[in-house]
Amino acid sequence: MSTTEPEMAPENERGRSSDAPEIDEAMMAEQGIDMEVAEAVAPDREIAVEVGDKLVEVQNLTIKFGGLVALDNVSFDIKRGEILGLIGPNGAGKTTCFNAMTGVYKPTSGKILLEGTSIGGQKQHKITRMGLARTFQNIRLFGEMTALENVVVGLDARHRTSVGGALLRLPRHIREEKSAIERGMALLEFVGVADHAATLSRHLSYGHQRRLEIARALATDPKVLCLDEPAAGFNPAEKEDLMALIRTIRGDGYTVLLIEHDMKLVMGVTDRIVVLEFGKKIADGIPSAIREDPRVVAAYLGEPEDDVA
Amino acid sequence: MLSTLAMSVPADSNWINFDVPALIQNFWSATFDGLTFGAIYALVALGYTLVYGVLNLINFAHSEVFIVGCYGVFFTLSFLGFGPSVPNLDFWSIVLNLVLALVVAMVASALTAFVVERVAYKPLRKRNAPRLVFLITAIGVSFSIQYLIFLWRGPNPEVALTMFRPTPIFDVFGTIIDSQQLVIVLAAVVMMVFTDQFISRSRTGRGIRAVAQDPDTATLMGVNKERIIITTFIIGGLLAGAAALFYVMRIPSGVQYSGGFVLGVKAFAAAVLGGIGNVRGALLGGLLLGLIGNYGQILLGSSQWTDVVAFVVLVLVLLVRPEGILGTSLGRSKA
Amino acid sequence: MSMVDGPTPLPGAKASQAAEDREAAKSGPGTSADAPRGGMFKSFGARWNALPRQQQWAWLTIVVVLAYLLPVINPPLISTEPGNNFALACFDMARFALIAVGLNVVIGYAGLLDLGYVAFFAVGSYTAAMLTSPDSTFLKIPYLWTVPVAMAVAMFFGVVLGVPTLRLRGDYLAIVTLGFGEIVRLLATLIPAMNGQVGFQNVGHPPGLEADGTPIFSNANGTPWYWLVLTVLIIVLLLAGNLERSRVGRAWIAIREDEDAAEIMGVPTFKYKVWAFAIGAGVGGLSGALFAGQVGFVNNQKFDVVTSILFVAAVVLGGAGNKVGAVLGGALVSYIPLRFTAIAEYKYLIFGVALVLIMIFRSQGLLPARQRLLAYGRLAYNRVAASGKGGTPPSGGAPGTATSTEAGA
Repeated sequence: MSTTEPEMAPENERGRSSDAPEIDEAMMAEQGIDMEVAEAVAPDREIAVEVGDKLVEVQNLTIKFGGLVALDNVSFDIKRGEILGLIGPNGAGKTTCFNAMTGVYKPTSGKILLEGTSIGGQKQHKITRMGLARTFQNIRLFGEMTALENVVVGLDARHRTSVGGALLRLPRHIREEKSAIERGMALLEFVGVADHAATLSRHLSYGHQRRLEIARALATDPKVLCLDEPAAGFNPAEKEDLMALIRTIRGDGYTVLLIEHDMKLVMGVTDRIVVLEFGKKIADGIPSAIREDPRVVAAYLGEPEDDVA
Repeated sequence: MLSTLAMSVPADSNWINFDVPALIQNFWSATFDGLTFGAIYALVALGYTLVYGVLNLINFAHSEVFIVGCYGVFFTLSFLGFGPSVPNLDFWSIVLNLVLALVVAMVASALTAFVVERVAYKPLRKRNAPRLVFLITAIGVSFSIQYLIFLWRGPNPEVALTMFRPTPIFDVFGTIIDSQQLVIVLAAVVMMVFTDQFISRSRTGRGIRAVAQDPDTATLMGVNKERIIITTFIIGGLLAGAAALFYVMRIPSGVQYSGGFVLGVKAFAAAVLGGIGNVRGALLGGLLLGLIGNYGQILLGSSQWTDVVAFVVLVLVLLVRPEGILGTSLGRSKA
Repeated sequence: MSMVDGPTPLPGAKASQAAEDREAAKSGPGTSADAPRGGMFKSFGARWNALPRQQQWAWLTIVVVLAYLLPVINPPLISTEPGNNFALACFDMARFALIAVGLNVVIGYAGLLDLGYVAFFAVGSYTAAMLTSPDSTFLKIPYLWTVPVAMAVAMFFGVVLGVPTLRLRGDYLAIVTLGFGEIVRLLATLIPAMNGQVGFQNVGHPPGLEADGTPIFSNANGTPWYWLVLTVLIIVLLLAGNLERSRVGRAWIAIREDEDAAEIMGVPTFKYKVWAFAIGAGVGGLSGALFAGQVGFVNNQKFDVVTSILFVAAVVLGGAGNKVGAVLGGALVSYIPLRFTAIAEYKYLIFGVALVLIMIFRSQGLLPARQRLLAYGRLAYNRVAASGKGGTPPSGGAPGTATSTEAGA
C-alpha cells in the first residue's frame, strides 16, 4: 500500500491507478460527470481516480517558529483534477502547511510551486490571483456585506477596473459589474445560497455561511481550492451534502485540497490522502491504503475507532 | 571638520535654518537635558506600552492621565505654599513636600486611568467591539478630559512653581549637571527598573505577560484577565503620576490643559522607537527620543521643533523598523 | 443598545433634523433593505428603497432644489440669525459636510482612523493661499486653478504619510495622523516662508462681479460660496457613490470587515488603503482650498488639531460608512454651535463626550444605513425577492451566534 518513503508514494499510487479498471470513468470525472461514480464508491473509496499532471508541488517544505519546527521537510504534490486530503492529529502541522501555501507564513526553507511557479514569499493577494483560493476554519466572511457582495469581492480578484475607471464609470467597469452580478448569482445558486443573496452574511445560518465561503473562494477562479475543515460543526446530514458539493466542485474541473478532521468525510470524498504527524509526512496514498497504514493508525491511536475507519 | 560643514549650510534660508555651531557649542548640556526629558518620556511611554501590550490599544487618554497628575502636583504644592520663587524651606521639608506631591499625583493619575478603563473601555470589551470603536472611544475620552480641564482652568498655563533651586552637582566635559537633572534621571531609572522587575518577577507581572501573549490561553490557565487589565492601567497611571512630578519640576509653566497631548505624542513615539509593548524598549526609546529631540531643537533653533523631530522619528521608525529597536512583544521580552 | 435606551447625544438635534434631512437625502439611495435596528430611520430607509427609481429621482430633485434655496428662504426656526449670518452658516455646514464625506472614505469605508484630517485641510488652504495671496512669494495662478492643485498636494502628503504607516496595523495610522495634524500647524509657525501668525491676506476667489462692481464671491457674501460648495459636495457624493458601488468600495469594506480575509480573497489591501487615505486627503485639500477662498485669510491659528476630532465626530455621529450620514453629521457638528450660541463654547466637550457615548451605546451612529456595494445589485436582489424565497433576514443576530439547524439546503 502506501510506503514510508515519501518520494515513493506518488509513483506507487500512480501505478495502482493505471492498473485500475475505472480509468474511463476517471476520465469522465475530469469532464464533470463524476458524480455517480464518486457516489457509488463513497464513503470508502477503494479505487484510485486517474488525475492529471502535478498542479502544486510542495518540495521539502520546512517552517520554523523560533526554535519550534512546525513543518519538517514535507513534500507532496497536488495533481490536476484530484481531491487531496491533508490529515493528521491536532498540532500535526496541517494548518501551518495550509498557511504557508496561501502566503500567510514564509517557508523557512523549501519550495511551493503552482504550475511550476514558486509562490513562496509572494503577497497573499497575488497568490490568490495565481490560482490558489482558500476558505477559513473559523468562518471569516465580510459580515456587513450581503451574500452576493461577498462573492463579488472574490470575483473582483479577476477584475481589472482601475480606481479611475470606477470613479468615472468607464465601460469596462460597467461590463465587469454586470457580469459580476450574473456570475455571483450563478455561484450562489451553485452552493445553494441564492435565495439569501440579499442577506447580510452575518445573518446567514451557519451552514449557509460555510457554503458562502466556498462560493467566495470559487469566485476567485482558482486552480486549486483549499478547504480548511469545511465540515466543522456540521451534523451528519450536512456533511453528506457537503461531500456532494465538493464532488460537484471537482466535477466542474477544480482541484481541491481538503483539510479535515472528520475521517468519514475524508475517506468518502478524497482521491488521495497525505498524513502529517509532528510536522512530518508519515503517509501518502489512496484512502483505503491510508486506512490500513499502521503508522497512521498509530498516529490516531486513542481516538475513537470509527473516526479512523 | 564640523565647522566646515556648518559653513556649507546657508546661514539664512526662507525655509529651515540649521544652526550647527550652536549644537556643537551646547552639545553636552543638550545631552544631559535630553536625557532628563527622555526619562520623563520613558515613564509616560511605559503607560502606553503596558496597555498596548495587554489590550493592543493605543490608549490616547493616557496623555490626560498624565496631565491630571500634573494638576495633582500643582494643587498639592500650591496648597503647601510653593510659588514662583524658590521656597524658603530646609532640605528635608522640601523632600517631604515633594514626596507628598508625588503620592497625590500618582494616586490622581492612577484613579483617572482606573475610571477611564471602567467607564469607557470595559463596556466595549464586554461586547467585543471592533478595534476602530476602541480607538475612537480612546480619542473621545482624551478629548473630553482635555476640554473639561479647559473649561475649568481656562486656556492659560498655571502659575509656575519652583520646587527647589537647581544646584550644580557634577562638572562633565565642562558642562554642569544640576541637582534636578540628577534627581529626575535617577528616580525615573529606579522606577523603571522596579517596574521591569515587577513585570518579570512578580505573580501579577507574570499574569500581565501571559495576557499580553495570549489573552484566551491566559484566561484558561486561570489568570483573571479583567484584574490584570485594571492592574496594568493602574501601573501606567502610577508611573504617569510620577512623570508628572518630574515634568512640573523641569517645566514649571507646563501645567496646562493641552500639556498632556503634546507630551503624549512624544511619549508614544518613544514607546514605538524602543519597541511598543516592550518595557525596556520604553526606557531606551524615551532616552533616545529625549536626546534626538533636544539636539534637533538646538540645531533648528526653537523648542517647538522638538515635537516635529519626535514626529519625524516616529515615521522613520515605522518606515525602517516598525517593531522598534528592541522588538515589540511584552509577552516574549525576557521570559 | 437599541434606539430606545440609546442616548440623545445632542440637544436640539431633532429641531435641526428637518433641515439636515433635506441635505442628507440628496446623495441618493444610501440604505439597503437590510439595515438592522434602524429605529426611526429604518422605516425611512426601507420606504426609500421601496420607491421606484423615477420617484426617487423626483424626490431627490426636490431635496436638491430646497438645499440650494436654503439660504434664500432662511427658515425662521432653523435660521442661525441673529447670532450668525445664515448664508455663511450654510456655507460652513456644507464645508463640514464635504469634509465629513471625505473623511468617511477613510474612517467609514476603509476603517482607518485618521486623526489629523485637519492637516490635509490646512495643506489645501495653504496651497490655495500661497498660490493666490499677494503676501506669498510663489508664482500666482487664478484661484480656481488652485483647487485641483490643492487636491493634488494634499493627496501627495496623504501618500507620503500613508505608505510608511499603512503597511502596519491600523492603530499606528491614528497616532501618526494625530502627530501630523500638530506638525502642520507647527511647521506653519516655524518655517519663515509660511508666514506664521501673520499669514496670507487676500486669498483669491472665483471671478465675477456684481452689477455694482463688487466681487460675487466676496468674503461676506455667503450664498454664492454656499452654492459653490454645495455643487462640489453633490459632485463628490456622486463620485463617492460610484466608488462605493465598484470593486474599490467593496475592497474598502472588505478591508474594514476583515483585512486578512480580504487580502486572501485577492484584494490588494495595502494599495486600496493608500487609495482610501489619498482620496480622503484629496477631499480634505479640496475643502481647505474652498475655505481659504471664502475667508480670504490663512494663518497658523486656523488649523487646530482639535478640529480634527470634530471632523471625526461628524463622521461617527452620522454613522461611519454611510455618506448620507456623513453629510448629516458634518452639517450638525457645524450647525449646532452656530444655532445654539449659548453652548458654542462647550462644543469640544459636547462632541468629545458624544463620541464616547455613541461608541459605547450606538456605534452605528444616527443613521445606521449600510451602503450598497454593487452597481447593478438592485437587479439581482429584485430577482431574489421576486422568486419569493428571499425572506427578510433575521435582524439583531450577532455574528457567530447563529447556529445551523437546517440540513444545509
